[in-house]
Amino acid sequence: MPVLARLIEGAGIPTVTVTMMPDVADRFLLSRIVGVQFPFGHPFGVPGDRAMQRQVAEAAVDLLAGATEPGTRRDLDIEWPVDRKTAYRDWQPAEPSPIVQVFLDRLAASRRPTS
Amino acid sequence: MPVDSFTYLPRSFHAEYDSVLDPPTEPVWAPLDTPITDATIALLTSAGLYLADTHEPFDLERERRDPHWGDPTYRVIPKTARAGDLAAAHLHINTRDLVDDPDVALPLATFAELERDGVIGAVADHHYSFMGYQDRALHEWRTTYAPEVVQHLREDHADAVVLAPA
Repeated sequence: MPVLARLIEGAGIPTVTVTMMPDVADRFLLSRIVGVQFPFGHPFGVPGDRAMQRQVAEAAVDLLAGATEPGTRRDLDIEWPVDRKTAYRDWQPAEPSPIVQVFLDRLAASRRPTS
Repeated sequence: MPVDSFTYLPRSFHAEYDSVLDPPTEPVWAPLDTPITDATIALLTSAGLYLADTHEPFDLERERRDPHWGDPTYRVIPKTARAGDLAAAHLHINTRDLVDDPDVALPLATFAELERDGVIGAVADHHYSFMGYQDRALHEWRTTYAPEVVQHLREDHADAVVLAPA
């Protein structure tokens, strides 16, 4: 995704990236970054919480309007209203993704005792 | 307080991200030349959203057969799309909340409010949805799909894009 941001910005269209992983956005030297400490799948916040979603959206708009140099990052101080353990579990799919399953299978194989 | 990017990931993913990332050395920068209150804003997400009635879902079956592959195509979402119009195809996140309220990743209703309140000039007519799990090279994004989206953005007179990785 940071590659898409760079390709669009490189074509002359300003971008702002709202992300749960602002450190990755930083490493890709993105132009404008809004960091949120939300579970994956929820960059704008809690479902149905239009006030929270608007707060994040306005932060993105503010950066578009006000940033004057690349690498402008603003991390939002918004607490996810669900305990971390539950939120950690809830964002994940019911079954591991295919690539995660590959890693799990590999890990299991490496731990299997050899005769 | 700085956001901890790894709050919701297994600790082992730190090393994974360090090993796969191939970051650039130069920043990119395009200034916003239009006052934000006049600017037309487009949205782009990687949440795998698509129009339930008219779009083909992202190709999850091929990803199941080839776990290193992710569907690189994208879907164009009209600004009028709302919950009920959209479905989600993504094997790496739980899509329940996205389907219940797509504004968590593609905030069309929220940006319509910002337009109504004069915070921005307008919401673009069209928006863009990718499926975020991709192979490392991103060849088709670079050569085909990103240039297509840029062309769409220009045709729509979008002044800026808000991207939301899922």
